Amino acid sequence: MTTVPEHYSRRLAHRHRLGTVFEWACRVAAWGSVLVLAVLLIAVTSRAWHWLDWQFLTSPNDYEAERAGILGGFWGSFWLVGLTGLMTVPVGIGAALYLEEYAKPNWITRQIQLNIANLAGVPSVVYGILGYSVFIRFFGFFDRPQTYELALGFTNVRFHLPLGTVVLSGALTLCLLSLPVVIIASQEALRAVPPSLRHASLALGATKWQTIRYQILPAALPGILTGVILALSRALGETAPLAVLGAASHVDFVPGRIRGAGDLMANPGKLLQAPFDGFTAIPLQIYTWVNDNSRDLRDSVSAAGIVVLLVVLIAMNGVAIYLRQRYQQKIRW
Amino acid sequence: MTSPRDNPPPAAAGPGSLVRQVTWQTIRERLIRWVLFACAGLSVVTTVAIILVLLSEAVFSLPPHKAFFQQVSVREFFTETRWTPDFEGDGQQHYGILPLFAGTMLIVVTSGLVGLPIGLLAAIYLSEYAAPRTRSILKPVLELLAGVPTIVYGYFALKFITPYVLRPVFQDWLGFNVDTFNALSGGIVVGIMIMPMVCSLSEDVLRAVPQSLREAGYALGSTRFDVSVRIVVPSALSGILASFILALSRGIGETMAVAIASGQQAQLTANPLSQIQTMTAFIVNVMKGDVPPGSTLESSIYAVALVLFAITLTLNVISQMILRRYREVYQ
Repeated sequence: MTTVPEHYSRRLAHRHRLGTVFEWACRVAAWGSVLVLAVLLIAVTSRAWHWLDWQFLTSPNDYEAERAGILGGFWGSFWLVGLTGLMTVPVGIGAALYLEEYAKPNWITRQIQLNIANLAGVPSVVYGILGYSVFIRFFGFFDRPQTYELALGFTNVRFHLPLGTVVLSGALTLCLLSLPVVIIASQEALRAVPPSLRHASLALGATKWQTIRYQILPAALPGILTGVILALSRALGETAPLAVLGAASHVDFVPGRIRGAGDLMANPGKLLQAPFDGFTAIPLQIYTWVNDNSRDLRDSVSAAGIVVLLVVLIAMNGVAIYLRQRYQQKIRW
Repeated sequence: MTSPRDNPPPAAAGPGSLVRQVTWQTIRERLIRWVLFACAGLSVVTTVAIILVLLSEAVFSLPPHKAFFQQVSVREFFTETRWTPDFEGDGQQHYGILPLFAGTMLIVVTSGLVGLPIGLLAAIYLSEYAAPRTRSILKPVLELLAGVPTIVYGYFALKFITPYVLRPVFQDWLGFNVDTFNALSGGIVVGIMIMPMVCSLSEDVLRAVPQSLREAGYALGSTRFDVSVRIVVPSALSGILASFILALSRGIGETMAVAIASGQQAQLTANPLSQIQTMTAFIVNVMKGDVPPGSTLESSIYAVALVLFAITLTLNVISQMILRRYREVYQ
């Protein structure tokens, strides 16, 4: 029977103590995130509590704190994110399909891939500057904005070239910003589809596109959807690019000046005019309020805006989780 | 023996033949391929557009219009210690990026001190210590924390961290002067913001360390602490480093939280309790108002953005190089 020398067991005890301290440090670091999130939510909602009422949700912005509301920002964000989604989703999935299903692993493909990874790391203000130069100033080609009118029979759509600070400029900028995220997420989803599925479909005589359209895309859909919603919820919270575009902060109307469902039924043309109208967005409203001279706007109304923003974000993510689970149930391999 | 059925007549180009022919379907297939290629190419176009726009306003421009560096010398831009592009201060315009750069560095350093160690410790906890159940609670919380818009963090820093955390500690207790807008509050929230990113990236590389290395450590009598700190972390060091660099690059590009919480006064200072202005905050602050087109103020935006773009791009490329080399080791 050998006995452990005393200084060994002392060192072992010391190491165990060190281990316990370290484990607790790690535990505190990890659970600290829960604490921070809780403190953040409580701090914001407690400030917002008395200002979050029906009046706030249904009024456009105002210089008076009592009359200020989020309606303009809400519908502005709705249009921005909607148009961004309409443009980003097909292009992003298309790019991912090309890179995963078609591209040969050559120099060009590697460069495109590297380029997408780098674009994902470009600060959002830089995208704002890109959008400002391209969509708002048109590289300075125009001396002054030209107004055009597109007659569509039932309505006329009026727009300017260069576009100016309108919903479409904002959506195009956000589209460029969120494309890398959508592409990378879609690529991961496509990569997770087993190759046997492709082989089976091709062996049965399907063309490449038929294989993609009827086998691969449906199988990859849950993953792609998650990536898209993640990208769109990031676009929803983006403030910097919109502020750089010069989006007016004191916009007190809804894009297209739509005054409710009845108004929309009477003038459906307003739906087409909305992308070419000025806008504000929820995060922009918050930014304006935080910088305002009025104390109520600065402290409380901005907090109410934040609560609305967070609720919309949570709702979007909830939809993503629901869709993912719904589609996942159908797939078995 | 061959029967007539095994030897079909030579394929004639007609319906059902196996000779490749141009049909509407092959045309469609080719067309789709090109459309998808165009989608992927758009990312290259975006990059080229960013570089072109920044260079054309900052470095060289067509004759009637003057680019920033045709009005301000490169030497002044990088060595002058004052940044007063809009006539403030002594009534003279000075275009030295150093104050903005110092402001950005102050934010990056404080956010790094907060976000990197906490993120790494949390990653070690998730990968080495936590039970699957704990992980399933903590991971979504970290995702939520990463998904909170930066403007919310800005509000949190300005309305909560500065008055309820920094003021009591540094002003009432230690006797320093804490500005309403200060670099520290911005740095702390940027640290909170990059922490989930460090955590999830580091956790991925920690989990990629082969289990056999851990088992070898335990077999030699290591404690759990020894295995985590002396075996797993060193094996994953390059990946952890890559996640750190990526996170710091995110911190440099962070805009709204810093613009709201850390102020709009460009000054060359190392005091984290004073008001500063970062490169990103300068850009937003100028652009949210009306900028006279063609002015030096407007083109200075592009010069600052060019520096910002160059720094973040370099950091991203370095971190990707490290990650790629690392992946080759274990796969």
